[in-house]
Amino acid sequence: MYRPLLIHVAVLLGLTALAVGTAQSAEPAPARQRELIHLVRQDCGSCHGMRLAGGLGPALSPARLADWPDDSLVATILHGRPGTAMPGWQRFMNEAEAGWIVARLKQGFPPLD
Amino acid sequence: MRLLPPLLAALSLAGCATAPSDALRGTGDLGVVIERAAGRVQIVEHSGDTRLATVDGLGDLSHAHVTFSRDGRFAYVFGRDGGLTKVDLLARRIDKRVIQAGNSIGGSISQDGRLVVAQNYEPGGIKAFDADTLELLAEVPAEYAPGRFSKVVGLADVPGQRFAYALFDASEIWVTDFSDPRKPTTTRYPAGKQPYDGLVTPDGRYFLAGLFGEDGISLLDLWKPETGAQKILAGYGRGEEKLPVFKMPHLRGWSLAAGQAWLPAIGRHEVLVADARSWQESGRIPVKGQPVFVMARPDGRQVWVNFAFPDNEWVQVIDTVERRVIHTFSPGKAVLHMEFTPRGEEVWLSARDSNRVSVVDTTRFAVRKELPADAPSGIFFTSRAQRIGF
Repeated sequence: MYRPLLIHVAVLLGLTALAVGTAQSAEPAPARQRELIHLVRQDCGSCHGMRLAGGLGPALSPARLADWPDDSLVATILHGRPGTAMPGWQRFMNEAEAGWIVARLKQGFPPLD
Repeated sequence: MRLLPPLLAALSLAGCATAPSDALRGTGDLGVVIERAAGRVQIVEHSGDTRLATVDGLGDLSHAHVTFSRDGRFAYVFGRDGGLTKVDLLARRIDKRVIQAGNSIGGSISQDGRLVVAQNYEPGGIKAFDADTLELLAEVPAEYAPGRFSKVVGLADVPGQRFAYALFDASEIWVTDFSDPRKPTTTRYPAGKQPYDGLVTPDGRYFLAGLFGEDGISLLDLWKPETGAQKILAGYGRGEEKLPVFKMPHLRGWSLAAGQAWLPAIGRHEVLVADARSWQESGRIPVKGQPVFVMARPDGRQVWVNFAFPDNEWVQVIDTVERRVIHTFSPGKAVLHMEFTPRGEEVWLSARDSNRVSVVDTTRFAVRKELPADAPSGIFFTSRAQRIGF
């Protein structure tokens, strides 16, 4: 009697789980996110400032980054910028993680715990 | 009348809360530890290795620097957000605070102790303040070409009310004379590419600017400035590809020891050694990572080195006679700074990610004490007040 409804619900739940799963796989796990936030604020912060307001390196505020394409910012993080003091950080993160950092920078970067 | 005694009691209690318990004391053993994320400083003393107080409300201290009044009572704290805060180490509170720039990197105090000069990234240049009142007296924009301003690095006080500094974007060294504090005069010297920091030797004679854009150091003899800046240790990288530099090294007048200058290489895991008379390279010491601070113990027998990310948990000690690393250890995670006591029997090391400052015996390398601190960075003792170039 309730079987068709149950199947319906099961399919919906499965689809929802799949959607959530896909969204999460594009994002680093929460523990890794905390590591990346720490890295950006503390170690990128050596040059860009802990509040990312700039220093020897430029400010990394949403306003300043808005006009830069994401892929060029990802490339800058991973490979650095020759002729400047910006080194490449590819030893410490993969492309998806650099992309996550770029997206967060453009929104306003999360604070340290 | 009945209200008076409780009121008096309350007032005296309020007094106790802010006033130091040991009201009469000297300042020669005092210091400041920066708690960078909290915008707070600890006031510490190194006779008993203790924390005396904390002072809040100093703004963004992500790259904080401190210089001291000549009586050792006041610490001038330069914050990344352009804040300049005068902290009274005896009363243990902020005496004065101004926002003097958009983005600052540090500062220094004049030979006569009357001027505090800040070096700024944004707007690029230096500014001189009355050391008592923090009133702005003069400003020297680092405008190296029409409409183009440079970030200023390496500011150091030198004799004659002068300050030497380097312009990262202009590849120049400037010397500004504040003999007339409201009418400074500046002389420019072409230097090597992208100076990242500078130092003056303890006698105030030589200004050295470390270069990021090329292998070498620019050296200006302030006793013969007309000869201009010359390049020393040129080509130390031998044309090899540089290793990435994840944090810029810091230079200051602690680089001279045993007649030699001990300097961080850029993009190489080496400490460069140059004879401090001829300025010729006399050796290089392989170390564990990209050096950040290469700091001589005050007697010069040892040089201590910490490192850029990702090797920043390590500290190495070089014996300046044997010219080799004699000790490697980790005082914690993310070791950002070191400061020797005036005669060098102990050194304080800050470990940002371990939230502590370690006090280490420099003879036996034993940890004497660990002091809790919230993400500590710079450690500055008042003995800097008596040294040229600090």
